[in-house]
Amino acid sequence: MRWLGAAFLGWGALIGAARAEEEATRIGDAERGAEIFAKCAGCHEIGQGAVHRVGPHLNGIFDRKVAQFHDFRYSESIERARRDGMVWDLEHLDAYLENPKALVSGTRMNFPGLKEQRDRNDVLAFLRQFSASPQDIPEAAPTARKREVELAPEVLAIIGDHEYGAYLSTECTTCHQIGGDYDGIPVITGWPSEDFVVAMHAYKRQIRPHPVMQMMAGRLSDEEIAALAAYFGALE
Amino acid sequence: MTLNRRTFLGTGVAVAAALQAPMVLGAGKPRVVVIGGGAGGATAARYIAKGSQGAIDVTLVEPTRTYYTCFFSNLYLGGFREMPSLAHSYGKLAGNYGINVVHDWAVGIDRDARTVTLAGGGTLPYDRLILSPGIDFVEGAVEGWGLAAQNRMPHAYKAGSQTELLKSQIEAMPEGGTFAMVAPPNPFRCPPGPYERVSMVAHILKERNPTAKIVVADPKTNFSKMALFQEGWAKHYNGMIDWIGGDFGGGNVSVDPDAMTVTIDGEQIKVDVCNVIPAMKAGRICELAGITDDNWVPVDGRTMQSRMDQNIHVLGDASAQGDMPKSGFSANSQAKVAAMAVQAALTDAKLFPAKFSNTCWSLIAANDGVKVGATYEATEDKIAKVDGFISQTGEDAELRQATYEESIGWYAGITSDMFG
Ligand SMILES: Cc1cc2nc3c(=O)[nH]c(=O)nc-3n(C[C@H](O)[C@H](O)[C@H](O)COP(=O)(O)OP(=O)(O)OC[C@H]3O[C@@H](n4cnc5c(N)ncnc54)[C@H](O)[C@@H]3O)c2cc1C
Ligand code: HEC
Ligand code: HEC
Repeated sequence: MRWLGAAFLGWGALIGAARAEEEATRIGDAERGAEIFAKCAGCHEIGQGAVHRVGPHLNGIFDRKVAQFHDFRYSESIERARRDGMVWDLEHLDAYLENPKALVSGTRMNFPGLKEQRDRNDVLAFLRQFSASPQDIPEAAPTARKREVELAPEVLAIIGDHEYGAYLSTECTTCHQIGGDYDGIPVITGWPSEDFVVAMHAYKRQIRPHPVMQMMAGRLSDEEIAALAAYFGALE
Repeated sequence: MTLNRRTFLGTGVAVAAALQAPMVLGAGKPRVVVIGGGAGGATAARYIAKGSQGAIDVTLVEPTRTYYTCFFSNLYLGGFREMPSLAHSYGKLAGNYGINVVHDWAVGIDRDARTVTLAGGGTLPYDRLILSPGIDFVEGAVEGWGLAAQNRMPHAYKAGSQTELLKSQIEAMPEGGTFAMVAPPNPFRCPPGPYERVSMVAHILKERNPTAKIVVADPKTNFSKMALFQEGWAKHYNGMIDWIGGDFGGGNVSVDPDAMTVTIDGEQIKVDVCNVIPAMKAGRICELAGITDDNWVPVDGRTMQSRMDQNIHVLGDASAQGDMPKSGFSANSQAKVAAMAVQAALTDAKLFPAKFSNTCWSLIAANDGVKVGATYEATEDKIAKVDGFISQTGEDAELRQATYEESIGWYAGITSDMFG
């Protein structure tokens, strides 16, 4: 595991930035985060000399646009998020680590997520040490991590009304073709209900970028989202 | 929670009134006639036929066998689309949805007898009539121009041969020649349309005829996505486009189609191509039906019913509904609300609260797309804007490209939503 020991100390930006390191740890406990990173290390390397594996290396991840490496083959879904302007700030990293699919539906990162806020804080504190100027990364921007991705169990448990979903869906099919291929606008039929619901709520809460979808989801109630999930989920 | 009709009656204040429309009882299936097979009419016909599963008899009256979308016709001018890719036929609406498609003009409406007269002599009875005839031009709106002059000075604001004519004129411009546009006053179909067109004309001229000039005479002092267009024009077509707004006499215009001159605020210029987009009004059949007020048809946004005749729903460009722009997206959105209202009135289908939305994409240059959009709800008075967004100046190239690609997806989506 490359991120241990010498690789860690050799990381350029860190040298002489003792204070920064001190601040960086305040998001969480970086040492504990290093241990939790073992869950990621099967796919990701970090530290000096880190290279892409199953996932891209994670040096300098903070405040970089998502999916930036030309020499790594990302999913179409995360590339779309980059084109939409998504940046790996604290809030988006936190959301992605909590539930990767809520933020990026078709992500190739096959990882269930870290459900404990403390675990995420600690991993983030650890990751932050490998970004060029940790001292410039805001510890707690006013809005940082205010918007939860995780949904209350009651919200996920709503059984959508199929007929209402059919009516509501008419607003969506102006853009989303039923039974088409990806042609600039993603296909949204046949999804597992939960994936659909978390994605819509992530737009509604404006964690996912994209003004059209933020606006469309923004006025849907929990019941309406469930109804749409039921309707589109049953297609194809 | 399960949502049923009662829930909506309880909560949806706006819906109650619309539900009072009586069911049509008695012999035979209820009959719906739709006039105009465009963005509004084709969508409404398809949704009623699909939703009622044969319980309602749907007839669509449309004179042309091929519908050319106005949307993306500017991209054709710019060389980004071929004409056949804008063409759509009515085969699936007839074949897959059982819609009776009649290729004819509606020339009269008898509101008391509830019948439509066709140019070919036939008469169609209806229980509900849907009008989505698009626009016609206000006569005498631009001094010197009339429909008789449309071959010398095309409007290209109904797509098809007019668009092809305009393109061939642009291609035939002499080196360093002048393209003029006379832009329309509000309200008109597709608020960003003239400015997207200017961008697309600039794009081909920059490639083929880079010393050519574009002059726009505009009665308005500002226009849709103005900051975005002006930023794009400066970036891609610097010095090529001269936009003369209402503050500088852009509304004081006359044209001479024979001499090919345009006079803007007293100054006459010789031009090589002149695209006149006159002031607009609801398609003429609305006037013939006697339901217009000040050129457009006032409607109740909750059901899209004419304020003057409950048996007629009016969609799209022809309607005066409130805050929605006149666009294909809007017409499509309104059609679904009307389709629901018509089915609820004629069968026992549920009526849900009306929701509307619109997004208009525009292409400024290759892969430089921008968009503006909003959501709307129906109040007693009008369709009112709820929320909206617009692209920002200074966005990076990747986002602009994604926006353009999204518009291609939208085109595929809306046309299959209209024609099946
Ligand atoms: C250059 C340009 C670019 C545009 N770009 C966009 C865009 O990017 N996005 C967007 O959303 N919108 C765009 N629009 C606007 C869009 O085309 C219109 O708003 C939309 O077509 C309106 O739909 P409608 O149903 O009201 O009318 P139309 O689509 O015009 O349909 C009317 C139909 O009615 C028929 N008809 C008329 N009178 C009769 C009669 N008496 N009897 C029988 N049939 C009749 C006509 O033949 C026509 O087929 C653009 C428009 C233009 C001109
Ligand atoms: C099973 C393999 C796997 C595991 C485990 C995993 N990842 Fe990933 N990760 C990926 C893949 C693959 C991608 C690329 C995602 C895509 O293309 O959609 C990725 C992408 C990322 C990205 C975005 C990188 C970029 O360049 O935008 C971050 C950040 C990330 N992972 C962090 C983590 C963290 C932190 C953990 C542990 C808590 C973790 N990952 C666990 C496979 C994994
Ligand atoms: C104006 C066009 C438009 C309309 C209308 C629209 N969408 Fe979208 N939708 C998009 C675009 C574009 C994207 C890709 C957004 C992105 O990059 O995040 C998208 C993405 C999505 C996604 C995520 C797909 C993925 O693979 O990540 C879902 C789910 C979705 N839309 C559902 C809906 C629903 C439900 C409706 C109707 C209530 C709707 N959309 C209406 C354009 C639209």
